[in-house]
Amino acid sequence: MSGRGSHALTPYVAVVRARFGVLLQYRAAAIAGFVTQCWWGGIKVMVLTAFFAASAGAPMTLPQAIDYVWLGQALFTMLPWSGDPDVARMVRTGDVAYERLRPLDTYAFWYSRAVARRTANPALRALPMLLTAGVLLRVVGWSAYALRAPAGVAASLLFVASIALVIALSAAVSALIDALTVATLSDRGVTVLVSPLVIVLSGSLVPLPLFPDWLQPILRNQPFAGLMDTPFRIYTGNLAAGGAVFALARQAIWVVVLVLLGRVVMARVMSRLQTQGG
Amino acid sequence: MSQIIVEELTKTFRVAERRGGLFGFLRRRWREVHALQRVSFALREGELLGLIGPNGAGKSTTIKILCGILEPTSGRCEVGGLVPWRERIRHVARIGAVFGQRTQLWWDLPVADSFALLRDVYRVAPDDYRRALDELVALLDLERLLSTPVRQLSLGQRMRCEIAASMLHRPRVLFLDEPTIGLDAVAKLAVRDFVRTLNRDRGVTVILTTHDMHDVEALAERVMVIGKGQILADGTLASLRHDVLRERRLRVQFAEEIGDFEIPGTVIRHRSGLSVELSFDPRQTPAHALIADIAARYDVEDVHVDEPPIDEVVARFYARHELEAR
Repeated sequence: MSGRGSHALTPYVAVVRARFGVLLQYRAAAIAGFVTQCWWGGIKVMVLTAFFAASAGAPMTLPQAIDYVWLGQALFTMLPWSGDPDVARMVRTGDVAYERLRPLDTYAFWYSRAVARRTANPALRALPMLLTAGVLLRVVGWSAYALRAPAGVAASLLFVASIALVIALSAAVSALIDALTVATLSDRGVTVLVSPLVIVLSGSLVPLPLFPDWLQPILRNQPFAGLMDTPFRIYTGNLAAGGAVFALARQAIWVVVLVLLGRVVMARVMSRLQTQGG
Repeated sequence: MSQIIVEELTKTFRVAERRGGLFGFLRRRWREVHALQRVSFALREGELLGLIGPNGAGKSTTIKILCGILEPTSGRCEVGGLVPWRERIRHVARIGAVFGQRTQLWWDLPVADSFALLRDVYRVAPDDYRRALDELVALLDLERLLSTPVRQLSLGQRMRCEIAASMLHRPRVLFLDEPTIGLDAVAKLAVRDFVRTLNRDRGVTVILTTHDMHDVEALAERVMVIGKGQILADGTLASLRHDVLRERRLRVQFAEEIGDFEIPGTVIRHRSGLSVELSFDPRQTPAHALIADIAARYDVEDVHVDEPPIDEVVARFYARHELEAR
């Protein structure tokens, strides 16, 4: 074999590309998901509007909260609230043995799959949602409930950087879920535990700034805030530039911590792997 | 020099035993399962080893340790100078493996897409890949299958593709764990032909587990029987037969009714109408003498001497060692 060895990342890039291509085929699911997310987004916007009308001195403005909700609906599938169904299936059937046969770092291999998963689904779903919330609502005359443009040029750039970190962080959580799935021989337990945590603590259910003040220091520093709250507050201008850079650093630190944790779990799990079916 | 060295390999699994009752989960007990107990053997480059034994005997555990998937509890093992589980990534790049009951192909995608991904995963250079693929397509007759989604393939077609998938990076050692399971006669023959070509013409070392003794008969010069985690026999199929069941079988078709019938040194196994099957020990009663004897006394239409079927030999061997599936 010649002409190889120069591209250490080739296999992992190939895995991302291949998975991405497969996931793009699930168009019907994307349409169904889109409808659901419009519906939930509408409900959330209405609830928040009522909430803001009834209270004064909120930690974010109503338009910020509305942007936060629509972005959350658009990027909902970036959230790592479950593991890779293929990993769960492989654990059930014993095909996981084949994963260990590949000359790849299994953690990086599964991380790559997670990256594909956390980008392919949003790639299908984000644009229609953003168009609906940003353009269609204006066209039909509901400008007050529509998604606005980012808070500024700096906010836009920082938002893009933060979304890149969301992908890294989300894939790290997904890969950790996958490793725990192998450890417990089922994805059920892990998913039941992780998915409410992710949905609440990312700000997907209720924007994190709306939680009580005394909870804010905890909410801000926990890893799941980096999945939604950080980029959305940057986008809406709720986080000023200085705070935004700090928040990006916090996201990055959690990526490193969760990757290391995932690697430790994976190494332990694989060293005492017991595959189904002998 | 040996390519595969296994010394005193031991694997013990701890299996959780659930107890009944409301608080059964609080009293979880662990049971130890000795999958392999001090297994030792060596294999030269280019050898073909058939690994047989009842379900749960330790065949798959052995293969999985050699593939680097499982870590043994103790013992030494090297494949081509590498310790599989310790240098897993370097090791698996040099071996191929097929698990008959599993799939490594993407269910929804054409076969060619899975192959292309494996090419990238194994970092096979484009020219090498082309050559390997062309060769595999020709040997396994895959031309029409490449563009078919995996879920539309028959089991036999899929298995040919699985085997091709394991050879795209041209490994020097191939592990086949029950590659013919569930296949029809034609597909089995295709798999056997291919494995034979790989082993005889290309010198690929092969370790094969199977429950189909015809696989072993067709392919393996060397057979190892594993039972209860230990090696019970290691040699040629002929020597196993010689140890277990030396008798031969003689089927005689008579031309006329023969009435009471008895030949010294033989036992009647079946008798229906004009045909009789006898068993005899060729060391005491040579076949030619037996046939001459019968032909002299009766009007014989046809005779046929055979060895007992290999399945029967192996079943006897298992029975002797009190092996049954766990």
